[in-house]
Amino acid sequence: MDISFVILVEMLYAIASLVLISAGLAVVFGMMKVINLAHGEFMMMGGYATITAVGLGVNVFIAMLIVAPLVVGLIGLVVERLVIRHLYGRLVDTMLATWGLSLVFIGLATMIFGNTTTGISTPIPGFTVGAYQINGYNFFIIVMAVVLVIALYAVLKGTRAGLIARGTMQRSDMAAALGYSPDRIYMATFFFGSALSGLAGAILAPLVGLVPTSGGAYIAKAFITVIAGGPSLIAGLVSSATSFGLVNQIFTFAVSPVIGEVALLIAAVILLRAMPQGITSRFFKGKL
Amino acid sequence: MSLKRREFLGAGAALTTAALLPSAAFAADTIKLGSILDTSGIFDAYGKPMDQATRLAIAEINANGGLLGREVEIIDYDTQSDMALYSQYAQKLTRQDRVDVVHGGILSASREAIRQTMRKTDTLYFYNVQYEGGVCDRNIFVTGVTPTQQVEVLVPYAMKKSGPKVYILAADYNYGQITARWIQKFVEDNGGEVVATDFFPLDVSDFGSTITKIQQVSPDLVVAPLVGGAHLSFFRQWAAAGMNTKIPLASTTMGVGNEHKVLTSAEGDGIMVAYNYSQELDTPENKAFKEKWKAAYGDTNGIHELAVSTYQGIMLWAEGVKKAGTVDRDPVIEALETGVSIVGPAGNIAIDPQTHHATLDVHIMEVEDQKMKVVETLNQVAPVDTQAVCNLQENPDDNTQYEIEI
Amino acid sequence: MERSAKRDVVVTLIVSAILIAVMPMLIGTYTLTVLVIYGMLGLSLGLIWGFGGILCFGQAAFFGLGAYVYAIAAVNIGESTLPMILAVLLPGAFAAVLGAVMFYGRLTDVYLGVITLVVTLILFKFINSTAGPQYVIGDARLGGFNGIPGFQTLNVPGDSGAYIWGDAYFYVCAVALVIVFLLVTWLLRSSFGRIAIGIRENETRMALIGYDVAARKTVLFAIGAAIAGLAGALFANWAEIVTPNLFSLGQSAEIIIWCIVGGLGTRLGPIVGAAGLAYLKFLLGQQSMIDNTLIMGLVLVIFVLFLPRGLVPAVGSLWHASVGRTARRRPANRRMRRARHG
Repeated sequence: MDISFVILVEMLYAIASLVLISAGLAVVFGMMKVINLAHGEFMMMGGYATITAVGLGVNVFIAMLIVAPLVVGLIGLVVERLVIRHLYGRLVDTMLATWGLSLVFIGLATMIFGNTTTGISTPIPGFTVGAYQINGYNFFIIVMAVVLVIALYAVLKGTRAGLIARGTMQRSDMAAALGYSPDRIYMATFFFGSALSGLAGAILAPLVGLVPTSGGAYIAKAFITVIAGGPSLIAGLVSSATSFGLVNQIFTFAVSPVIGEVALLIAAVILLRAMPQGITSRFFKGKL
Repeated sequence: MSLKRREFLGAGAALTTAALLPSAAFAADTIKLGSILDTSGIFDAYGKPMDQATRLAIAEINANGGLLGREVEIIDYDTQSDMALYSQYAQKLTRQDRVDVVHGGILSASREAIRQTMRKTDTLYFYNVQYEGGVCDRNIFVTGVTPTQQVEVLVPYAMKKSGPKVYILAADYNYGQITARWIQKFVEDNGGEVVATDFFPLDVSDFGSTITKIQQVSPDLVVAPLVGGAHLSFFRQWAAAGMNTKIPLASTTMGVGNEHKVLTSAEGDGIMVAYNYSQELDTPENKAFKEKWKAAYGDTNGIHELAVSTYQGIMLWAEGVKKAGTVDRDPVIEALETGVSIVGPAGNIAIDPQTHHATLDVHIMEVEDQKMKVVETLNQVAPVDTQAVCNLQENPDDNTQYEIEI
Repeated sequence: MERSAKRDVVVTLIVSAILIAVMPMLIGTYTLTVLVIYGMLGLSLGLIWGFGGILCFGQAAFFGLGAYVYAIAAVNIGESTLPMILAVLLPGAFAAVLGAVMFYGRLTDVYLGVITLVVTLILFKFINSTAGPQYVIGDARLGGFNGIPGFQTLNVPGDSGAYIWGDAYFYVCAVALVIVFLLVTWLLRSSFGRIAIGIRENETRMALIGYDVAARKTVLFAIGAAIAGLAGALFANWAEIVTPNLFSLGQSAEIIIWCIVGGLGTRLGPIVGAAGLAYLKFLLGQQSMIDNTLIMGLVLVIFVLFLPRGLVPAVGSLWHASVGRTARRRPANRRMRRARHG
């Protein structure tokens, strides 16, 4: 009984962390059709922002939930103004340019923080379920992922900014004709997406050690999750994170963590072969 | 471990100038010592202090008049934690730079990548790292501890403190694979049982499901030969789940890269280890060594098992060269085979002529408040594991790494 | 057409003969060898991406596969001729299967990128977790993270004791590159090559004309992979070790950067980009002022922003402009890289 609860938590945790890892990339891709390959490095910088802030005496939750997203959001803003905005509509070029940026950020982080593993301790203690100990932080990640998805939905569906954003996403020329500058909306979207990446990096930082190349571990997973999700932003994100998270954990528990990772990747190949435009091109059509 | 690049360069520059001062007295041609270490990438926590130790040792040798009246020059390459770069730089060191000796290699993977190149080119090679044992090759000298010097000591101690059911978590490459088998052997020799063994590639950093699995099996003891920066997260997640107070943990690698200083005391306390060196050793040699290190690098934070091992390896080689009166490979090997010994920061260390490994002191320790507290000391332990399979006196052409069979 | 083809071959041979003679005086042959090998690897992606419009994020997979096939075969066979041949054929065959799965599934653009990327990751993860003694092919232990060191290196065919190494090995690699370059030239001048370019420019039109687009893309993809496999085998001989890092994403990224910087849609561009950037990286590796990842990243960003067509086409048009001849109209190489969805 206890073990099934523990495994359920592990599964939810796997799904939640995929949602967190992919959210920033999904927003930027879904709204702007830009694939930000520096996404992983944005997460890495979120981690470093948190650790630096904690080192300066900031409360760890403030550092994670406020400082890191702001810092990374601002970096994203600069990146958008300097590089991305010149490349809108050129999907592959933006991928290459952001790939270049990711290398730049790795280099910068190496020069500033050194190529050594750093990290902070998890701020939430573990607790007991029957005969089992659970990492309390896993719950925090699950809660954060749920809050994030709900907030994203509420903003897009319930606010005027969300309405404008959705409009621009569908027909940027019409939005422009109605007097909304797509340029500024894209800028805001990229800021928001980068902030989400920073938040994800900050939240995951206490679990795993941080090195300047940490981003590489995330980008592939995020990229796969977002592409497999397909055109709908939230439905795609949640559905593909759920499928991959389940596959990963089932194989992890049945065989080993490495097989779990490989199973996730194989599932991605099969899924994309069967649904070349992603899950939401077939299911949940027209949903947000 | 937060040594900044600039400080490091500064320290290096200071040392270089110090080393250059008496250079007028040296003969024209220098002795070339090749050094090949990961000073960046995920193994830099091991490599950087080893590099510093190399420089410290050479600066000291040169300050005392060099070797045979010649200055010793370091030719070093950073392999960036990439195994492929080892074989490239090894070829450079041996074919292009034509060095007289090579000290270096950290992971067993890196040693195996360059060992044959060294042998082919008749370049004397020192591997100054604790490892899984069994390398039998006349061209190589190993100055770190091997399983019978470490695992055989650690496992009974840890089992006595916990119980007979043991779970092994090992790094997935030759070191972890072979060490896991040694652990199994010594667990069974002591009447225990290995309930499960899991291997992790070096880039795995999420151990959540593993920790759940361990609880399902509920062993009395977990032994973890995990390696590198990513695997450090295991100790964090283990503590975050509150397991560190439930199941005792022993490791054959935790601490050689000063991991116990990166972890908080709440996360690290109580982990059992066994090594040749601890900063807390109360000997005059260790105090002097720490003073020298502090003078060169500002503080003693960087010193760890592998750094001391490297320092001792270079000093042993220097003794061999002095005794042989030349840096040529064969006379130096013969001189070292007379059982050359030195008293280093970690006590007396002597070359074992039969295996080219080292006889040295071993300390059982427990991590306490980010320090390694010595619990028990065993003096002058011989590398019995390798002696059982390797005799370079009788069979000098041997070139194999023997693995334990279970 | 015939005459210009002949002239091309003659010019190529003369220029490469001069380069092969002169370059060893400037750069050590040990370094030069790997530049040549990277040039071949760059060419392999330049062929399928620049002329076939197939953006492969996993060219390193074929490179690594070539290297591993060579190493495993060399350990088992002990003579290098057959391993070399296998190292070309197996990656080609693997790519043919993978390509068929992708192209008959009508995957394009980003989706193609994801699949190739994922396949590379799978190979990496698999090879990286084969350290145990149970992973053995014949006499060769896969070794996981350790890689496979100590295999038989290239020898004179038929005589397994006569190793080719050092300067001689450089000449072997350089000649191999020239041969591959000429074969690629010939392929692109053939009707197959011209149809491939047609597919790159407008896939639908070519399909409507009646060409089997998927089959042609698959064949081109396999040829590119075979060249990458050859480069991998040559690399294995040079490094004398193969490790899982050959499959890493970083390696794939670098190949793409070479092509962008050198110039897509040219044969020479990817080779120049590969050799030039690899040499730059080598020079940067000898200083520690600035992190060299940072510089590689900046180079890529700057090229995408300011010189999106790459070095070779830019120099080419500069040359034509300054000499005063009317620049030959080149196909708009970048057109196929526009987003097709959304």
